[in-house]
Amino acid sequence: MTLMKSLMGAAASLALTAGAALAEPALIFDLGGKFDKSFNEAAHNGASRWAEETGGSYREIELQSEAQREQALRRFAEAGANPVITMGFAMADPLSTVAADYPDTKFVAVDVTWLDANNIRQIGFAEHEGSYLVGMMAAMASKSDTVGFIGGMDIPLIRHFACGYAQGAKAVNPDINIVANMTGTTPAAWNDPVKGSELTKAQISQGADVIYAAAGGTGVGVLQTAADEGILSIGVDSNQNHLHPGKVLTSMLKRVDVAVYEAMKAGTDLETGVFTMGLAEEGVGYALDDNNAPLVSSDMQSAVDDARSKIISGDINVASYYENDSCPALSF
Amino acid sequence: MEKMPKWADVVLIPLISLFLAAVLSALVILGIGEDPVAAVKLMVDGALGSSYGWGYTLYYATNFMFTGLAVAVAAHAGLFNIGGEGQAMLGGLGVAVICLFIPWPHWSLALIFAALAAGLFGAAWAAIPAYLQAKRGSHIVITTIMFNFIAAAVLNYLLVNQLRPVGSMDPASARFAEAVHLPSLHEMLAPLGIAFSKSAPANVSLLVALAACILVWVLIWRTSLGFEIRAFGKSEPGARYAGISPVKITMIAMLISGALAGMMATNNVMGEAERLVLNSTEGAGFIGIAVALMGRNHPFGVFLAAILFGFLYQGGAELALWTKIPRELIVVIQALVILFTGALDNMVRMPLERIFLAFRKEAK
Repeated sequence: MTLMKSLMGAAASLALTAGAALAEPALIFDLGGKFDKSFNEAAHNGASRWAEETGGSYREIELQSEAQREQALRRFAEAGANPVITMGFAMADPLSTVAADYPDTKFVAVDVTWLDANNIRQIGFAEHEGSYLVGMMAAMASKSDTVGFIGGMDIPLIRHFACGYAQGAKAVNPDINIVANMTGTTPAAWNDPVKGSELTKAQISQGADVIYAAAGGTGVGVLQTAADEGILSIGVDSNQNHLHPGKVLTSMLKRVDVAVYEAMKAGTDLETGVFTMGLAEEGVGYALDDNNAPLVSSDMQSAVDDARSKIISGDINVASYYENDSCPALSF
Repeated sequence: MEKMPKWADVVLIPLISLFLAAVLSALVILGIGEDPVAAVKLMVDGALGSSYGWGYTLYYATNFMFTGLAVAVAAHAGLFNIGGEGQAMLGGLGVAVICLFIPWPHWSLALIFAALAAGLFGAAWAAIPAYLQAKRGSHIVITTIMFNFIAAAVLNYLLVNQLRPVGSMDPASARFAEAVHLPSLHEMLAPLGIAFSKSAPANVSLLVALAACILVWVLIWRTSLGFEIRAFGKSEPGARYAGISPVKITMIAMLISGALAGMMATNNVMGEAERLVLNSTEGAGFIGIAVALMGRNHPFGVFLAAILFGFLYQGGAELALWTKIPRELIVVIQALVILFTGALDNMVRMPLERIFLAFRKEAK
């Protein structure tokens, strides 16, 4: 512990001597911040795991403003950081101009798959496939035949989550009632647990007894209220089952931590290109551990695992919200 | 009632406030086990030590000049415009409409019309609260702050459903055409033989902001309209007695204020992002309040305060990049400066006034 502290102190003082060229990886967190219990925290966990295992160090920044996106990319690239790992689709636009200026630096873009550059490793996740599975579980666990969805900010990515979830629920029970709400329309919606709690209560009054939160930090409030009110909830991105053992049905895992860990491990030998991490690649999935084992019956598990293999084999096609900006199972 | 000399009011009080904020910030940095001297050095180096740093400092400062002027103009009429954020968002929409749908031959023409559209959209957004205040007495603080949320919702709806290119996941408009690219300071200074960092976002709209500072000064202190605005702000019954229409002054002051806030979009939307993103204003509308407070509602003061806040933003970014100081503490440092220069103004002013008065009595 003390060794760790002095090591961190040394790293901090090293970091203060800015501008030194070191081929260490750099990690750029999105505006949500690295302790959002969700997307960015998964990246933080992956990076910490790499640092612990290898004893390596990395640079990081939690963005505070839009203008800092390009700034952070350029500053890290100029300081010799390699690879530079970015979180979130909003980095796509700055990356599209910056990456070409630093051909010897490798960039990693999580949640970006559409850029045209040969020094970017672009990693997309098939969130709709994972959401489909937890949607099935929600429909099976629901006694009221009403399940809820609470999204963070109303953007296409979150509709993408909701759409997969609705399809999964309807696959189990075509008549199921799906209540879907978005927390807000500003980035503050990612970090508003109080509003998340209010929405949860509103959905409970509409009959929902399983609620899936895809809302970053707001989801903490959803899970809390669901546990207090005695209904089930579903976590997102990281495994959130442990937050309320026995009250969280499962979590839709998006293995950002694995993506970041592997990128850091590969270092400068990183393979670039576009990678999609779906069910087959174990990039998404549902969480099963001691905390939720009593909630998941063997029927449920076998049905979900069956659907999982059918999605991988192509027998089940989960429609993506992006394909035509609409969802067959849910209207927004 | 005797007063302090003007230089003490304008120069000494802000400097003492800044000093106090700096001391407290240093204690905060010490408290988390970092070296405050190194942190300050990093901030100064990063924000003012290179043309790269200046480029970012001036970029932020340009935003704050527009929103600071917006708050200042309204304040002269006794109106507290907290809606700069929403007005600037709508200004961004105006810029986006102009830049996306009209094929401009040259950036200069596009800038003129984009600034006009930004001003128009911003003014239109301020017009509704202004009308409600003037005609219905709905308090401007409440209505403008609520309009910020409506603006965010309008922008979100338009970006997600209308302006977003098909297949894009980012709630943002398409990129503007190459022709409307505003020259950055690098491109402007290169012909003069001055090397300026290529990657910094400061651009020609800095000159627009400076022009706005001068125009606001002319308006407030050199025109009869400015006199009416100030008279109304000092005393509404007095202004009414002198034949000044409260409805007219409230409307005009708020329209000008909204237009100034809206014109910020020439910098952040047209100059930097070159597309409309959801989060484009990033609180600059609120920072404008602090800038106007610190600048004593005078355009030159706003100019200086805007540079200071630009420095804090860029310096804060450098801290975030090269130290382990968490970003929440960087916000704390920025907040301390706002607290001392804005809210706690009287804490410094009153003792200082007493000291000055005591000296004056001795001199007699």
